Amino acid sequence: MSAAFSLRRMLAMIGKEFVQMRRDRPTFAMMVGIPLLQLVLFGFAINSDPRHLPTAVLDADHGPFGRALVAALEASTYFDVERMVASEAEADHLLARGKLQFMVSIPPDFSRQVARGDHPALLVEADATDPAATSGALNTLQELAEDAIAPDLTGPLALLKAGPPPFELRIHRRYNEEAVSQYNVVPGLMGVVLTMTMVMMTALSVTRERDRGTMENLLVMPLSPLEIMVGKITPYVLVGYLQVAVILAASLWVFHVPLVGNLLLVMLSSVLYIIANLAVGFTFSTLARNQTQALQLTLFYFLPSILLSGFMFPYRGMPVWAQTIGEILPLTHFMRIVRGVMLKGNGWTDIAGEVGMLALILLVVSVIAVRRFRRTLD
Amino acid sequence: MSAPGESGAPVIAVRGLTKRFGGRTVVDRLSLAVAPGRIMGFLGPNGSGKTTTIRMLCGLLTPDEGEGTCLGLDIRRDAAAIKRQVGYMTQKFSYYEDMSVEENLTFVARVYGLSGIRGHVDAALERLGLADRRRQLAGELSGGWKQRLALAASVLHAPRLLLLDEPTAGVDPKARRDFWEQIHQLADDGITVLVSTHYMDEAERCHQIAYIAYGQLLAEGTVAEVVAGAGLVTYTASAQTPRASVVELARRLRGLPGIDLLAPFGAALHVGGGDAALLEQTLAAVRADAAFSWRRDQPSLEDVFIHLMGRSRDNFQGAGL
Ligand SMILES: Nc1ncnc2c1ncn2[C@@H]1O[C@H](COP(=O)(O)OP(=O)(O)OP(=O)(O)O)[C@@H](O)[C@H]1O
Ligand SMILES: [Mg+2]
Repeated sequence: MSAAFSLRRMLAMIGKEFVQMRRDRPTFAMMVGIPLLQLVLFGFAINSDPRHLPTAVLDADHGPFGRALVAALEASTYFDVERMVASEAEADHLLARGKLQFMVSIPPDFSRQVARGDHPALLVEADATDPAATSGALNTLQELAEDAIAPDLTGPLALLKAGPPPFELRIHRRYNEEAVSQYNVVPGLMGVVLTMTMVMMTALSVTRERDRGTMENLLVMPLSPLEIMVGKITPYVLVGYLQVAVILAASLWVFHVPLVGNLLLVMLSSVLYIIANLAVGFTFSTLARNQTQALQLTLFYFLPSILLSGFMFPYRGMPVWAQTIGEILPLTHFMRIVRGVMLKGNGWTDIAGEVGMLALILLVVSVIAVRRFRRTLD
Repeated sequence: MSAPGESGAPVIAVRGLTKRFGGRTVVDRLSLAVAPGRIMGFLGPNGSGKTTTIRMLCGLLTPDEGEGTCLGLDIRRDAAAIKRQVGYMTQKFSYYEDMSVEENLTFVARVYGLSGIRGHVDAALERLGLADRRRQLAGELSGGWKQRLALAASVLHAPRLLLLDEPTAGVDPKARRDFWEQIHQLADDGITVLVSTHYMDEAERCHQIAYIAYGQLLAEGTVAEVVAGAGLVTYTASAQTPRASVVELARRLRGLPGIDLLAPFGAALHVGGGDAALLEQTLAAVRADAAFSWRRDQPSLEDVFIHLMGRSRDNFQGAGL
């Protein structure tokens, strides 16, 4: 009796897949060509106007104008004041993790300075990783703040209404200061391209065995579903890596996307993301009866991945049900990792949660695939 | 290893195997027993359920009903263990056409965990006579060579039971003879073989044959037993004059009571029936015609199969299907 899992058999399977991949030159060329094509096509971003963006307020003033401002922010549809923070550091941390879109700082003595006509600064920090997500909200901010304060300008202060705004709104775009949408799109594109090609590759490679009749032989050999799965997935991890290299090179040298964080983090999480996608493809192949069905399933999967992951539309602009779907798609998490590391300089601890989600998705999908894999021709 | 014989527990022992596809019964309560080292020929018309039966034996299909063992292992519970000891050659070529002959054999050797892979592969290539074409893609081989490659690959791991599904379809006579020589050699080494075929001469090379039609086992035994068991009586009518027409004679006989079998062979007509008395009675009238000479002879295996097939169709339709 041999074990349920054997390294030798798995290596045999991997070797076989490599040989077949090498013979399939057109597919190989396509896998390298697709990323380049997509980069060109998606170079231009799509805008949108999301609302209810999570906002935190640091109120060091505790005066009437500060309170009025918070009330006005809460009343507007653009901002959801989710919490009051006590320190700059806490706010920074929340912004880096993507928990906040905006951080409004009301400086000490704000109310008094307004009353004295000192035109104090009101600081708003925005997570501008995705410029489309913040532009609408920022445009309304000036007016919103002025209106908020106006009712309190009574008596002698009424004079201030006439002149220039009684305070200076200072907007600080973090992470993507120039609001270049390509900075946001190009790293996201890496995830999109990988989803499209990786899922399709494994979905087709198993159904191809069925269509060509070689499955009958494969099933009669002492190979376990896990060995077959690992064997099918491994060669494509390398192909996926080639794509990552192509896109990263293009991001850095063609689109001049800034690289704030550590490239190694992107490279490492890419491996996990590639494997997760290949496992999804393998699962599709266990559901599909032939190559056509496998292709249809892939396209069916591809659509929500593009629309609901935050690639095309800002994640926060989506209704809750769509966000929930987004959460179970690997692309959503990978997008956050890549944007976080490249544009915000996220470190290992910042992305750990997203990496964990990717690992969880991979685990769940693998279990389904191995369970669903039909060992017979029934 | 032991010489071929009835000794030892049967390698294949299944009872009441039944398989349905979408409500249609394709294999119907089939029972088979094959002793170690024997070659069992598996015959039957197209679509009679041979491939389906073989797939159930090696665990590729789950029977809807019935039970049994292969190599002493339960076909339902121990499919994985059976697979390791069985060599299965599929009817349709199922090795990788985009891999070379050598790569295919190496893959098989590695999956079965053979030690000394190079040696196994080289020996197989040598035996096959494909040593100089080892780097050729399997898909570029001619049909007959593909069959030879498939056989070589399916015996690479020294299985104890060989299931061959029409292994010689499209293979030239010389290669077919080599093929059978090899099968006999394997059986002599103690390997049990179940081989499906449409060729009568191949059936006659088997120790034992089983004939199925519409999923039902109609006859089983040695060739002589099957021929005798059919109870078929046959005559050959040979034309005596140039003007005597075999086709004309066949037309006269068709549909008469007792005539179950009519087959022209050149200037002769083969006539047979399951009911000897009725056949004699019908023929008595025709035999007066001096244009033909009549001779009683031995029915061939083919006569028997065609007769069985006709009879089972009658039963099948009679059953209201
Ligand atoms: N997967 C399947 N789904 C539905 N019907 C099937 C399936 N496999 C086989 N059949 C049907 O079962 C019947 C028996 O098929 P099988 O392949 O076992 O016949 P066979 O005896 O091997 O025929 P041949 O001599 O042509 O190879 C056929 O009518 C076929 O159409
Ligand atoms: Mg068949």
